[in-house]
Formats: sequence, structure tokens, C-alpha cells
Amino acid sequence: MRYMMMFFIHPDDTAKRRDPVQAGPYSGAWTAYVGTLRAAGVFVDGNGLRPADTASVVRLRDGRRQVQDGPYADTKDELGGYVVMDVPDLDTALEWAAKCPALPLGAVEVRPVMTAPAVVEPAAIESAAAPLAAARLAGE
Amino acid sequence: MTDPARAAAEAAARASYGRLVAWLAARTRDVAAAEDALADAFAAALRTWPARGVPDRPEAWLLTTARRNLGHAARHRLVRAAAAPTLHLLATAAQDRDEAGAFPDERLKLLFVCAHPAIDPAMHTPLMLQSVLGLDAARIAAAFVVAPAAMGQRLVRAKAKIRDAGIRFAVPGPADLPARLAPVLDAVYAAFGTAWDAPPRGEEPGGPAANLGEEAIWLARLIASLLPEEPEALGLLALLLHCQARQPARRDAAGFVPLSAQDPALWSAPLIAEAEAALLRACALGRIGRFQLEAAIQSAHAGRARGAAVDWVGSGGRAVRGAAGRRPHAGRTRRPRRRGGRGGGRAGRPRPAGQHRERRILSALVGGAGASAGPAGAARRGAVRLRAGRPAGARPGGADVPAGAGRGGDVSGEDLGWRGQNSPPATRAANTAAAPPSTPAPSASAPTRVTTETEASTMAICSAPTTPSNRW
Repeated sequence: MRYMMMFFIHPDDTAKRRDPVQAGPYSGAWTAYVGTLRAAGVFVDGNGLRPADTASVVRLRDGRRQVQDGPYADTKDELGGYVVMDVPDLDTALEWAAKCPALPLGAVEVRPVMTAPAVVEPAAIESAAAPLAAARLAGE
Repeated sequence: MTDPARAAAEAAARASYGRLVAWLAARTRDVAAAEDALADAFAAALRTWPARGVPDRPEAWLLTTARRNLGHAARHRLVRAAAAPTLHLLATAAQDRDEAGAFPDERLKLLFVCAHPAIDPAMHTPLMLQSVLGLDAARIAAAFVVAPAAMGQRLVRAKAKIRDAGIRFAVPGPADLPARLAPVLDAVYAAFGTAWDAPPRGEEPGGPAANLGEEAIWLARLIASLLPEEPEALGLLALLLHCQARQPARRDAAGFVPLSAQDPALWSAPLIAEAEAALLRACALGRIGRFQLEAAIQSAHAGRARGAAVDWVGSGGRAVRGAAGRRPHAGRTRRPRRRGGRGGGRAGRPRPAGQHRERRILSALVGGAGASAGPAGAARRGAVRLRAGRPAGARPGGADVPAGAGRGGDVSGEDLGWRGQNSPPATRAANTAAAPPSTPAPSASAPTRVTTETEASTMAICSAPTTPSNRW
């Protein structure tokens, strides 16, 4: 399965990216992390993003295009990059996510990538389970 | 429809529902689809068995039919990528064929999936009840005081998340097992908790919650049998069995009967025996834990059934300071006592030999604990004090007490060594709110449903239980 990791970077880490002394070690940690993902053969795609103050947001209002400065979600932690990886299951994806350099301070959102149209309609649970539950109860 | 066919279907449903769902879901990662396929298989069984007779191996028949149903469903969405697990199931069906008679038990995987950290904790218990036991959403909803449609929706969403997020069907490795087992046990305990607060059977005819206690014990037995080396699984089983053993004595015609007034003759001896056996097995494994400690406290109370005195005061004869609940006449219960005696022995009586057994259990538990600080250390100190002869009741065995209640009356934290910096946060909070040890807790601060302050104080011994009322 393919999962996207979205790295939400804490302001302190964002500051490191701009600090000439700390920028090197910080980006080095990311390079090493992505290197590990590649070596494990799970890396599909991924990039860092320029800081959130370079973001522009586009909306359509009354049929007219509106462009605004700034990221879509104005939160303290900003989306700083993403990686798409191919791993067998969520638990493996979470293990990889737990190792990323965003983590001591920030957060990682892990989401399955939709590779095909939605597959199965959620089953009708009640209709599925009711006769069985009735059978269980009747037997008691 | 002939009775033998229906009976066979019912027997198969009861014995193997969870195993069949787990087997199918572990191969497709799709709990909802597995349940659907199995429901269709049961329907087919009820159609065909009366005419053609019950097959030799009903489970194998159901499994084959359910797998075929999954295949039909998959063919309808062949073009879609996520049908792959099902197609894989079909592809491997040939090599699994021999398993049909004795197919592997995947229920443990299913339990860990139901209590996966990626699943909303509020849905752990409902998912288990439905996927492992086959309870319908309406009954689960009633137990959790939720509208049936809402519970059905939440179950559908939770199962969709299991499938779409790709949660792994596997038993966690040794490194993760303790952390992953805790929510599984919590979920079973929560199921038991719903039954505990529910009206007894008969009071509310057909009351759906009344039976969840038995379902919880069924799950606890299952987990203990699947993980026989996990002392906390055994501890939970022992705790639930001890509590269940006292069900017949918890209420009388007038209503609730506090633990101290219960007639031990009404307690179920077989359940107590099973609980004690489980607890002894747990002690032998030498890793102490919350459920074992709570079960050990219940075990001390159960000694009354054999005539052992529950030493409410302390082995040295020193009255426990401020232990209002242990001095039953100070800060009397708000409900009138309906029975004359306090049941079991009181302090000052010679201690019969039967009590030595509880001592042994506690002693073994303590022996297995590390000497470190932290929660385990605090628990160990607590158990040491208990071993020193001050057993007490613990939630939920003692009283008909709602979750989270009774902490205001805590006096036992200090006695049991919980008051240190290293006590768990929940307990520390309870202690902060506690009345000073020298002052019995005023009854006004006690929750309305606390019946004796003994129960209130002893509840605080144990860490805050995870029960439905504070989780849902």
C-alpha cells in the first residue's frame, strides 16, 4: 500500500532551517532519513517544501479567482514536506513515520494514498450481524 | 426449517463466529466484508441444511461458503485495485484447503486490530463485541447508551478505517506486546463495566446490557487462553471472575447490597475457584500489573466465603487513620443498611487459616515486582502494605459505584504507598482531591451512588479504571 507522510514542522525546527549554523545538520538529518527510506526500498516520491511564508492560496469566489498570501491552514506547525512510500501496511508506515526528524517537536500525518476509485461500499453491518446475534441469543 | 439444522447453525455461530470472521478478515483485512460473507454463509446454511442435512464439519462448510461469497463480491469489483487481497485469498485458497477442518485461530489478531492505536479508543470495545462475538449494533448501542443508528455508523466507519488505512492483522512482537495488550484488556474491562452499572437481569426484561458481563468474561477467557504467558491477561480474567462471582449477592429485594453486607453463601464458588487459579498462574509469571493487583484485592475479599476475616483495620490492631470506610460507623452510608450483620469477620477476631492463601498470592505478586520507583514500585509498596494485612475492596467488585466516583473519599492512598511522587497521575490526582487522612470524607462530597465509604476509599487504591462511563 502507498502511504503519504506529511511532515508538520515545529517553529523551532523551521527556525533551524533559516539559521546558517543549524541548517546544515538539520537538513542532513532529513537527507539521512530519506536515504534510509530509499535503502529499504519503500521510498516512492517526496520533497521538502519551501517555508510557509512562500505559500499562496487560491480560491474561487463568485466565479472569480482570489489569490491570498500564506498557507491554507495557519497553524503553528507548518507543512514542511512529504514522502510517499510503499509499505505492506499501516503499522509499517507508522514505524517509518516515528523515525522522521520532524518528530521530537512536530508531527507526522500518515494517510493511505488512493490509488484507485473507492473499492467497497461500507457493508450493512446490522443486516450482516443481526441474524447471527439472534442465533447466539436464541441458543443461550 | 428443521430444528437440528437451526441448532447446528446456532451452535456453529456461537462456537466459531469470531474464529471465522478472524480467519477471513486476517486474509482480506476487511472486517466488514468478512462479516458480510459470513452472514450470507449462515443464511445459506439455514436454507440448505434442513434439506440436505447438516454437514459433517459445519465450520468448514461455512468457511468455504463464506470464502466463495467473498470471491463473488471481489469479481464484482475486479477492476479495482483494492480487490487484490481478496483475489490473493482466492489464489491461496487451494493451499489452505486442508486447513478447512482445523483452520488456524486468528482471533487474537482480530482483537489487536480492534484495539489498534489508529482506531478511536471509544470504538475498541464495540468493535470487539461485534467482530469477535457477533453482537448486533443495536445491542451494543444499548449497552453504551447510544442510538443504534449512530453506533451502526461508527462501527461501519471504524471497519472502513481498518480496511482503508491498511491496519496490519498480526499479533504484535514482544517489544510492542505490553503496550498493545493494555488497550485490548481495557476494552474487555470496559465491556464488563457496562454490565456492572446496568440493571440486573429481570429488572429490565430483555435489557441488552445485562449480559455483556458474561460476554466480557468470555473474551477475557479467550485472551487468557491465547496468551497464557501474559500475567495481566490472567489478572483481568481473575478480576472479572471474582466480581462476577458476587453478582447473585449484589442485589436483594430492597436493592443494592454493599460488599460488606453480602452473604458469602450466595457467591459463586466455581467462579471464585477459577479466579483464584488464574491469579495464581499470573503470580507465577512474576510480572506484576494493575489487573493482577485489583484481582488480588478481590481475592482477599473472597476469602470471606471460606470464613476468613477481612481485616478492615490492620494487622497491628491500629485503626487506620481517617479510614472512614473501614470504620463502618463513622460517616455512615447514606442508604440504610438492609442486613443486620456486616457479614464477614471484623478486626480483633483471630484470623483463620484461610486468609493465608490471599497472603500467598499477594506475596507472590510482590516478589515478582521490581524494587524500582515509579508506578510498579508504588504498586509494590501498595501490595506490601496489603500483605501486611490491610486488604481492601477494589472497584468494581465492592460496590455499585459509577466509574470515576468515590475518589473524593480516598484515605487509603497514603496507607498503600500511592501518595509518593511516583504514583501514577490518575492516582496522584485522586490523592490531591482526597480529604486529609485525619478527617473522614464528608458524605456530601461523596458521589451519590457510593454506598459505603469503604468502597469509595478502596476504589482509590487502584488506578483510575478505564470504564465506559469516562470514555464514552
